[in-house]
Amino acid sequence: MPLAIRTNALTRRFGAVCAVDALSLSVEPGEVFGLLGPNGAGKTTTIKMLITLLPPTTGSATVAGHNVLTEQRLVRRSIGYVPQLLSSDGALTARENLDISGRLYHIPSAERRARIDAALEFMGLADVADHLVRTFSGGMIRRLEIAQAMLHQPEVLFLDEPTVGLDPVARRAVWEHVRRLREREGTTILLTTHYMDEAAELCERVGIMHLGKLVALGTPESLAGEVGSGATLDDVFTHYTGSDPNEGGTYRDVARTRRTARRLG
Amino acid sequence: MTSLERAARPVASAEPPAAARFVLDVWTVAEAELRKLAHDPTELLTRAVQPILWLLVFGQVLARARAIPTGQLGYIDFLAPGVLAQSALFSAIFFGIAVIWERDLGVLHKYLVSPASRISLVAGKALAGGLRALVQAAVIYVVAALIGVHLQVGLPQVLGVAVVVVLGAAGFATFSLVIACVVRTRERFMGIGQVLTMPLFFASSAVYPIALMPTWLQVLANVNPLTYQVDALRSLMVAGGTSTFPITLDFGVLAFALVVLLVIAARLYPRLAI
Repeated sequence: MPLAIRTNALTRRFGAVCAVDALSLSVEPGEVFGLLGPNGAGKTTTIKMLITLLPPTTGSATVAGHNVLTEQRLVRRSIGYVPQLLSSDGALTARENLDISGRLYHIPSAERRARIDAALEFMGLADVADHLVRTFSGGMIRRLEIAQAMLHQPEVLFLDEPTVGLDPVARRAVWEHVRRLREREGTTILLTTHYMDEAAELCERVGIMHLGKLVALGTPESLAGEVGSGATLDDVFTHYTGSDPNEGGTYRDVARTRRTARRLG
Repeated sequence: MTSLERAARPVASAEPPAAARFVLDVWTVAEAELRKLAHDPTELLTRAVQPILWLLVFGQVLARARAIPTGQLGYIDFLAPGVLAQSALFSAIFFGIAVIWERDLGVLHKYLVSPASRISLVAGKALAGGLRALVQAAVIYVVAALIGVHLQVGLPQVLGVAVVVVLGAAGFATFSLVIACVVRTRERFMGIGQVLTMPLFFASSAVYPIALMPTWLQVLANVNPLTYQVDALRSLMVAGGTSTFPITLDFGVLAFALVVLLVIAARLYPRLAI
C-alpha cells in the first residue's frame, strides 16, 4: 500500500515570498497527522498544493499514490477537503448539499441516498436534514461539511483549521466525530491547526511549520520530551517558532479568524 | 479497519464514461443553482420589474411619438424582443457576483476539489444562468400579450425563442463569470458590470434598428452578440417580425460566443481559489 501523502521538496513561491520551502513529508495510510504552525507558516498553502488547487513552483507530491500535477483527477477522486472557510451552501438544505457532493463523485443514486441518510444520522443532523444550512449553528455546519467531504469515502481527508471559531462544546463534538469517523472508515487525516490542545487530542504525529519550513516532526509526546521534561505541546510550539500559540498573530490574522467565526455563527 | 477492507472499496469501478460524466456534472451544478432560486425566488421577481417598465412606459411613449421607423412592424412589436433580450442580459451580467461570493465563502473550493472537469463546472453555471432567464421570458410574454403585442404562439417559434434566450443568457452569464475571475472583488465587479451593460444594450438593435445608427456604432452593433440575439428573437417572437441576418447566423454567433467564453472561463475559474 503506497503512502497516503508524500511530498518531495515541495515549494511554492508568491513573488519574492517563499510560502512553502522544500517541504518533504510522508504520511502513512490511516494516520492522523497534524500540521502546526503560526498563521502564515505555509500550512494552508501546503494543503492547497496537495488538493490540486495550487500548482507547486518546484518539487512534487503524491496523494493516495497519485501525482498532484499529472494525475489531478485521480487525486481529486481520492480526497475529501474541508476548507477553513465555509464550504456548505447556506441557500441549500443539508440534504441538498450532500446530494450535490455525492453526485459530483458519481455515487449511484440508491447508494447515494443510503449514504446520505447514514451520514445525517451519524453527524446528528437527521432532524434538520431539510432545513436551509444558513439556519445552522457553527458546529452543525462543520459536521455537515465533514459529512460532505466524507460521502465518497475518500482515502485521505484534509481538514484546514476544523474548529476555528467554534465554542468549546462544539469543538469537542467535532473532535469526537473526527475520531469516530476515523475508527469506522480508517481514513488518513491531515489537519492543520494552531490549537495545541486539538493537535494533542487528535494527532498521532505532528509537524511544526515555521516560515514555510518543517522545523519539527514527531509524536506530540516525543517532541515534548525533546524540549524538556514536563513540557507541553505549547512549549514545543514556542520553542520551534518563537511565538506563543495563544497570542493570535497579526491584525490581519485576527480579522480573518473573526470573520470566519462570524460566518460560522 | 484492516487494509484489506480498505482495498476492497469500489473506488474506480462504477464510473460513467467521460461524455456522460460531463452531462451529469453540468446538470448537477445547474440544479444546485436552480434549487437556490426555488428556495428564494425574490431575485427573479425583482428582476422582472425592469423589463415591464420598459414595455409599459418607454415602449408606449415611443410608440405614440412614432419617432423610430420600424417599417411594417408597430414599435411595441419591434421593442418586445429587444426588451426580452435586454432583461436576459441584465440578469446574466451580474451572475459573476454570485461566483465571487462563493469564492469568498469557500463553496467554490468544494466544487474545485471534486473530480468534475473545470469546463463542466462553468458550463453548469452558464446553463443555470440561461434557464433562469426563461422565467423572465415567461413574465415578458404575459405582459406583452396584455398590452397587445402580436406574439407568435406556435410551438416551433416558442421553442426557438426559448433556445435563443437560453443561449444568449448563458453566454452573457459566462462573460460575467470571466469578468469575475479577472476582477475578483465584489466592489470592482459592480463598477465594471454597470460600465458594460449600457454599451452592450445601446450598441445593439434592441430598441432601434441598426440602420438608424451612425457608422461607427453600426460597426460595434455588428460585433455585439446581443444584436444577433435580438435579431433571432425578432423573427421568432412577433408576428410580421423579420430578421436582418439569416437565422442560422444568429444561432451560430450565439453558440460560438458561448463556447469561446466557456473555454476561457474554464481556464480562469480555478485561479479564483488561489
